[in-house]
Amino acid sequence: MKIWVLLGILAVVAALAPFSGPFVILLLAQVLVLGIVAMSVDLLLGYTGLPSLGQAAYLGVGAYLAAILATKFGFGLGWDFWIVVPLGILMGAATAAFFGLFAIRASGVYFLMITLALGMCVWGLAYRWNSLTGGDNGLNMPGRPKFGIELANDLAFFYVVLGFFVASFFALQLLVDSPFGKSLVGIRERELRMRILGYNTWLHKYIAYIIAGAFGGLAGVLWAHLNGIVSPSDLILTTSVDVLLMVVLGGPGTLVGGLIGATIVVFLREYLATMVQWWQYVLGAVYVLTILYLPGGIMALFKGGRR
Amino acid sequence: MNRKLLTAFSAAALVSSPAMAQELKIGFLAPMTGIFAQIGKDMENGFQMYLDEQKGNFAGAKVTFIVEDEEGKPPVGVRKAEKLARQDQVHMLVGGLLASTGYAIAPVSSRLKTVYVLSIAAADDLTQRDLGKYPYIVRTSWTSSQPHHPLGRWACDNGYKTVVSIGADYAFGHEVVGGFQKAFEDCGGKVIQKIWPPLGTKDFGPYIPTIKRDADAIFSLMVGPMALQFPKQLQESGIKKPIIGGGTSYDEFVLPAMGDEVLGHVSALQYSAAIDTPKNREFVRKYREKYGKVPSYYSESNYTTAQMIHEVMKRTKGKWPGPAKFISMITQLKLDAVRGPVRFDDMRNPIQNIYIKKVERKRMHGYDKEELWNTVTKTYPDVSQFFTYSKAEFLKQPVYSREFPPCKYCN
Repeated sequence: MKIWVLLGILAVVAALAPFSGPFVILLLAQVLVLGIVAMSVDLLLGYTGLPSLGQAAYLGVGAYLAAILATKFGFGLGWDFWIVVPLGILMGAATAAFFGLFAIRASGVYFLMITLALGMCVWGLAYRWNSLTGGDNGLNMPGRPKFGIELANDLAFFYVVLGFFVASFFALQLLVDSPFGKSLVGIRERELRMRILGYNTWLHKYIAYIIAGAFGGLAGVLWAHLNGIVSPSDLILTTSVDVLLMVVLGGPGTLVGGLIGATIVVFLREYLATMVQWWQYVLGAVYVLTILYLPGGIMALFKGGRR
Repeated sequence: MNRKLLTAFSAAALVSSPAMAQELKIGFLAPMTGIFAQIGKDMENGFQMYLDEQKGNFAGAKVTFIVEDEEGKPPVGVRKAEKLARQDQVHMLVGGLLASTGYAIAPVSSRLKTVYVLSIAAADDLTQRDLGKYPYIVRTSWTSSQPHHPLGRWACDNGYKTVVSIGADYAFGHEVVGGFQKAFEDCGGKVIQKIWPPLGTKDFGPYIPTIKRDADAIFSLMVGPMALQFPKQLQESGIKKPIIGGGTSYDEFVLPAMGDEVLGHVSALQYSAAIDTPKNREFVRKYREKYGKVPSYYSESNYTTAQMIHEVMKRTKGKWPGPAKFISMITQLKLDAVRGPVRFDDMRNPIQNIYIKKVERKRMHGYDKEELWNTVTKTYPDVSQFFTYSKAEFLKQPVYSREFPPCKYCN
């Protein structure tokens, strides 16, 4: 049911997009890209019970991969964009596979701290490895890909991003509905019992972490082309925190919640910042009120709480 | 129903109908939140003060001034630039604080064919090796290395032989230190060590003890809050070497918060609030009355930028000349600005006075309290971004970076 409502809303947005302003389209695309990252965090936080504060790292490796290939080798600006996308996914997954070895050993606050530290490592690399990443200046993309359709057209780009979002959503929905997804929920609820039942919980969590990293990498490739620049400030802690808060705001353990959270945060931030200089307080208040009165996030309004 | 939704979605687009001939829309980018928020305020105040003096009217064109918060982050700067150009349909973008933000916004100006006036962002290459890519940019402030070439020469003239540099580790820092090193080594000096603390460092404990003791002087390049911490911690460590600083290490933005630890420190910039001309005295007094603080170069530069835009609009009688024409008209200006005479070189960067300044505690501009001022001790007139080097020779070398110029005399 929920899926059809979401698809309906996305279809309406897609149909109306050509009539919205040129800047609104960019924001909508941004919402969708962040929505993919938020869903990947939701897989960890909402379904597996692992609060990750380092998801910006996977966004970052995907984005830097796309930017480095494009600026140094001119690769990924035509049909080869469709090679860069799986490369970005692989890159995210590979990084997560490496980092997961360290992170999955811990849980709770310790997991949070380790993912935070690993995320900062990637930021540090991006910031200091001048010859590859352009350091603090970042990398300016030479332009968006062209393959029959020109993605330089923001509307076309928006539809491509929308396609990726819907595909990601279905993939993740399939995953959480599968027996594997159910066992992740089991780990969230009581890991010890799952272990007694004979599940290799470490492996389950490790695989979930890698999958989340893969979606982070995918979002990163799109992110690079969305902004036209990749800079270390894309992968600072704030980005990870923002994404985590989007999930909490929308409702963890729902997938759709991430998209709702991303919509609220992106639009509130852009339009409030234009109106008032103390916009950050408003955003802060929204977070605090949500956590106090709607611990299940906004999605809880629709189904009366998670449990 | 459908119609209602449609309106809601495109409300933002409808507000901004195409600009009229007798209106000038200026989109201003400055950090309003984050660690650089106060600098952003100085930038905005400078521009706003000129607008207020003209009552928002540039030769018949009504000026609409839209300020956006770029947060001191390049990707945010890009997003806000897109918003200003696409949604608000501004005639020009002005501002951007960090050099990296300048590098990020310049491609947007080319893509959207919108004028971008770099009123602060000092990234060297935008008006040097990369200029060809950006037909719609003009710089009204300075390149990072511009004041520091003369400062390097000055250091030679004042008998310094060996210098240790300590500078914020990002593009601006690399370019400032590079400019100083190039000029200093070309007149016989030696930079014997280069230390790079990250931008925003507050604790210099790990860096200060590594400073080589046999150096004649220290060249420091600090930005924002870093500038306050470094001289204090240096003094506490007992090191009593002469300090030469990059422009932002002692500008009027940080000076009021400093103490006696910075007395006698020397720096270079195209502006000092202590320039002793009637024009500057009037500017300082008016600015201080209005905003309660001494103007920094961030204020002056944006004030002068507004003045330059006004001058162009005077020549067109208030009609927007179009991006290409605007760029060619503004670069032909010769202006007697607050900072001194300003004109442009053929790469759209100002040729202007560079002031070597020394921090002193004294009375200035008729204020009866003793305060810290950047007293001008020497003026290098008409300095271009290439200093005394030939343009062709200069552009052959790579842009200043961590690796260039190489530290030949380290170790």
